[in-house]
Amino acid sequence: MDWSAIGLSIRLATIVCVILLVIGLPIAYWLTFSRWRWKFLVESVVALPIVLPPTVLGFYVLMAIGSRSPLGRAWERWTGHGLAFTFEGLVLASILYSLPFAVQPIAAAFSQVDTSLIEAASTLGSSRLRTCFRIIVPLSVEGIITGIVLSFAHTLGEFGVVLMVGGNLPGVTRTVSIAIYDQVQGFQYAEANATALLLLFFSFAVLSVVYAMTRKPWAVAPLS
Amino acid sequence: MTLSASIQTRLSDGFMLDVRLSVAPGITMVFGESGSGKTTMLRCLAGLRRPDRGHLAIGDQVLFDADRHVDIAVQHRSLGYVFQHLALFPHMTVEQNLHYGLASLDLKARRARAASIADSFRIAHLLHRKPGEISGGERQRTALARSLVTDPRLLLLDEPLSALDHVTQSRIIEDLRVWNAARGIPILYVTHSHREVFALGEHVIVLQHGKILAEGPPQEVLEAPAHESLAQLAGFENFFDATVTSLRADGGTMHCRLAEGQTDLEVPLARTEPGADVRIAVRAGDILLATEEPRGLSARNVFPGEITSMQREGATVILMVQAGCPFEVHLTPGACEALQLTSGQRVWLVIKTHSCRLVSKGQSGPLP
Repeated sequence: MDWSAIGLSIRLATIVCVILLVIGLPIAYWLTFSRWRWKFLVESVVALPIVLPPTVLGFYVLMAIGSRSPLGRAWERWTGHGLAFTFEGLVLASILYSLPFAVQPIAAAFSQVDTSLIEAASTLGSSRLRTCFRIIVPLSVEGIITGIVLSFAHTLGEFGVVLMVGGNLPGVTRTVSIAIYDQVQGFQYAEANATALLLLFFSFAVLSVVYAMTRKPWAVAPLS
Repeated sequence: MTLSASIQTRLSDGFMLDVRLSVAPGITMVFGESGSGKTTMLRCLAGLRRPDRGHLAIGDQVLFDADRHVDIAVQHRSLGYVFQHLALFPHMTVEQNLHYGLASLDLKARRARAASIADSFRIAHLLHRKPGEISGGERQRTALARSLVTDPRLLLLDEPLSALDHVTQSRIIEDLRVWNAARGIPILYVTHSHREVFALGEHVIVLQHGKILAEGPPQEVLEAPAHESLAQLAGFENFFDATVTSLRADGGTMHCRLAEGQTDLEVPLARTEPGADVRIAVRAGDILLATEEPRGLSARNVFPGEITSMQREGATVILMVQAGCPFEVHLTPGACEALQLTSGQRVWLVIKTHSCRLVSKGQSGPLP
């Protein structure tokens, strides 16, 4: 069993989830409540990773963080090493890759919040920010949890983007799915089977816990 | 404190909301059919919707002025708003709902204010329950208390009690009156039920197609409606074209002949001439039925007719009686049974002079 690959994958997925939560909430909020008429363009960009082949996304990310790009050079000046084929580069690529899986469920949950609750909050003197954190977010918990879980699982299972951006460096960029691929290439079927099984059970357990937890935490009776 | 407002804004279904109003302290009913612009007017006053043009002030503080580009945001208008579906926060307890508008106070002050308003509205025993766990009436009380706990300068109610029975409704309104006795803020209460207007309000504004059709005490505006459209809103069912045949100035009455058929009606005197065309409105519930010709009655209008149809709707039986022209008559099921009324039966209609109202045909304008 390639424990270092498993550990790396979990570390990567956790970091990506935390970052996605931080940037996903405001993006979802903006997508839900903005009345900008070109909003659909931003929606399309956010959703791109769903339809784009991972290799295409990986290729562009690689170009964008390579040592000849402004971003890659800035990073090199700041840290002393390049972004491509590093763990940090992998984090950046995974954030882009999993963004729609975090943003879409959260935005869907936000749009389900009854507008009159938001208006009621404002008539009670509540600022937009306070309304967001006291009313909109608590009423969207299910969607937020779904978004986190989906992006965690999606990051854990990614393959194409990792291969393009991170390569296959043990302990640095070799994630579980790449380890399994390696094991199969080396005819280590028993090893591959064990790793795959672990991933399968882990995914199943996480999903079960989430679905059990999000079973209507508060029921609102219908209006009299 | 008085609310003064003038609002012009285009509504989605193609007409203009164009109102100018001045609302004194106390409960003012805003009455009109659905789609008359009531809720839009309330939303404009609250700042939830920006009117195209207009001016809005409470006392001497200007909240909105299109010309001077003043538009104070909702959260700074310090008003109370009770939504049609109440909009209680479902994930918070009653107490947390009450606390929500008091963010600027410390916890101790918040608790004191919430406890005091919960007492006034009889929900003190519900503080730790969630909106989903209390009854409809309790939810309405909670919504009202939540909007008042901030001590607003204006209260806007959008059909908040329409789902409740009459007794519960008037109890809640009584508590609201008591609360407002000491504070004296203007309260606008939107409704489409003329029953609520009579039961709850001191003053009524009637809205139709985005315009104010009439304004005044409910008794004056709805019991003696000046226009036909107002009479329809106020629940009058019978309208007749008639010609004045003679005036009895000393008796305060006049006689009219209905345009359809040969029926004569005695109606209250109005400033008019014999030969003038008038429009008469009669409530279906104000017409009596007799199976034999009644004698020794004070009512002046007694004439025969024939029942053409009977139809029960809830606690009312709706009868159509042909007496020269069709009259709609409302009776209780008990009365119908006692008289053993059937379709096709000959009956006598009895209408008091003052049950006949003269209305003008148009949308507005004084009586003829």
